[in-house]
Amino acid sequence: MTTVTAPNPSSTANPGGAPAIVCRGVTKSYGSGAGTVAALRGIDLEVRTGEMMMLVGPSGCGKTTLISVVAGILDRDEGECLVFGQDLDAMAPNERTRFRGRNVGFVFQAFNLLPTLTAAQNVSIPLLLNGVGRRDAVRRATEMLGRVGLGERAASLPTQLSGGQQQRVAIARALVHEPRLIVCDEPTSALDHDTGHVIMRLLKNVALGEGRSLVIVTHDARIFGFADRIARMDDGRITSLATPDAERTAREG
Amino acid sequence: MIGVALRMLFGDRAKYFGLIFGVTFASLVLTQQPAIFWGLMTRTYGFITDAGLADAWVMDPKVQFIDDIKPLQDTQLYRVRSVPGVGWAVPLYKGLLRARLENGSFQSCNVIGLDDSTLIGGPATMLEGRLEDLRRADSVIVDDVGAATRLARPPRFPGDPPIPLRVGDLLELNDRRAVVVGICKVSRTFQSQPVVYTTYSRATSFAPRERKLLSFILVGGAPGQDPAQLCARIEAQTGLAAYPREDFKWKTVTYFLKYTGIPINFGISVTLGFLVGLAIVGQTFYTFTLDNLRHFGALKAMGAGNGTLLRMIVTQALVVGLVGWGLGTGAGAMFGYVFRESQLAFRLPIWVLVLSASAVLLITIVSSVLSLWKVMRLEPAIVFKS
Ligand SMILES: Nc1ncnc2c1ncn2[C@@H]1O[C@H](COP(=O)(O)OP(=O)(O)OP(=O)(O)O)[C@@H](O)[C@H]1O
Ligand SMILES: [Mg+2]
Repeated sequence: MTTVTAPNPSSTANPGGAPAIVCRGVTKSYGSGAGTVAALRGIDLEVRTGEMMMLVGPSGCGKTTLISVVAGILDRDEGECLVFGQDLDAMAPNERTRFRGRNVGFVFQAFNLLPTLTAAQNVSIPLLLNGVGRRDAVRRATEMLGRVGLGERAASLPTQLSGGQQQRVAIARALVHEPRLIVCDEPTSALDHDTGHVIMRLLKNVALGEGRSLVIVTHDARIFGFADRIARMDDGRITSLATPDAERTAREG
Repeated sequence: MIGVALRMLFGDRAKYFGLIFGVTFASLVLTQQPAIFWGLMTRTYGFITDAGLADAWVMDPKVQFIDDIKPLQDTQLYRVRSVPGVGWAVPLYKGLLRARLENGSFQSCNVIGLDDSTLIGGPATMLEGRLEDLRRADSVIVDDVGAATRLARPPRFPGDPPIPLRVGDLLELNDRRAVVVGICKVSRTFQSQPVVYTTYSRATSFAPRERKLLSFILVGGAPGQDPAQLCARIEAQTGLAAYPREDFKWKTVTYFLKYTGIPINFGISVTLGFLVGLAIVGQTFYTFTLDNLRHFGALKAMGAGNGTLLRMIVTQALVVGLVGWGLGTGAGAMFGYVFRESQLAFRLPIWVLVLSASAVLLITIVSSVLSLWKVMRLEPAIVFKS
């Protein structure tokens, strides 16, 4: 399934595309003084183009914190983190916002669709933010909805859609501006098992099919099989990095 | 993204209407109260504007406003007439006299005595009879409101409306006979007494015997005279006070502004209206923003910069302000229109609209600043918190 876009001689242990994300020794703590919580304690991670990377681990181990840093919505404390070769922390806030707008798509556990906008209007937001005209944006958004199987529901409000349909709208929104990186935090945990699988297939086929990198946080073991690689985290560190098969063997063994 | 901002706003019906209500309320109060206030203030000088022919008013230097009568000696009239640049000068009597009605009850009236030969200073509009009828013996002209209310005769049968005073009816002014020869319309003044017009000589004969009876001298400038310069010359030559018509008008308004509680009362209403509006709108708008915080966070994560969010929030606030202001001032104007025939003082000059618009603008600015402060400081990372 993985689309190999370019050979990557520098990391022979991880066959796949060129590195999309490279983190080295990333740390992040919240609060200060006695109440400090170390959420990330030195993360080394590489995600390649065309790869679906899953972050799994117990609650509070730092998964959300890590994708927030990777997606450029949270500053790290130390270490290095390059996204498509760029250091987001070194950018001015406005520049970083623009970078996110162009290069990153978000999928949230709670969908986060604007309730008063139709599906097509919701999906057009990233385009509007990138300066596409309204008419054009809605047209492209409607096309994108067609690709996630919701062509008929473009004019529906989120409340008129099921949870799975809402998440498909959210995926369309994450993809419509053709970002190079998609981050998803628990994209299936608000959905039942079958719907979760529909969503994952969509992410795998539509999103990945275009040579993007996906980083998905989940604790839903039933979808592990969709990943190219699974990074297991514990207490702010990555404790293992394996394919789904190896991961399953490790878990069951 | 402006379209998105507006859909966010209109989509939340309850808050949208709450916001509109708040702004409407504030701008209604901020229109209607100052309009009534200004209506009252313009009434203070209604008599001065009615006597439109006079370029200048001459009076005792201690007079502070139109109803503050400090009579002059009749001889002053000749002194004023002799000032160069004075085209004409006529006497005016203005005083409160007791009228005895046919049924024997008393009513104090604002009696105006006009120059016998020219009748300058007379009422603006005659409803019945003619101004010249004042030249007939014992004649007076009464204003329509006074004729229909305070000077009206009691009904023949209890429960019927009172019978208005009509042309041909008799009055007694200080025990002297007076015949109504006309009904006129006057600008309403601050004094609620009926207005009775007659000639200067008859008015002074009605009035109690006093050494000085001349209330004001109305002056018309010779052609090409500047009223201000003319007044300066009159003052220099006679030692009296002389004001161009506009100045006397403002002197009168200023007196009422300074020495009565009226501005304070209205000021309190207006301030309360403003504060209540501000509280409703500020609070509702802030709650609206808080409710949408996770959406703003998501927009931020998706690449909406602070400039974009600022434009969105300011648009939302301005739309609320504009719609509410339109409704509020519209309702205020409607209020004035509905009561246009009543005794209500109501004037809606441009400055009242400017005042309410500025107040609404201030309300929207304060409200959106609170929200902006919240959204600008928002960490986009909250989008992943469920
Ligand atoms: N804003 C914050 N302020 C203080 N502490 C925080 C904050 N966000 C996260 N933490 C702490 O940092 C640690 C990592 O949090 P994080 O949200 O990354 O965990 P997670 O792996 O996503 O957990 P979950 O599976 O429950 O979502 C936790 O101990 C959490 O309590
Ligand atoms: Mg989490």
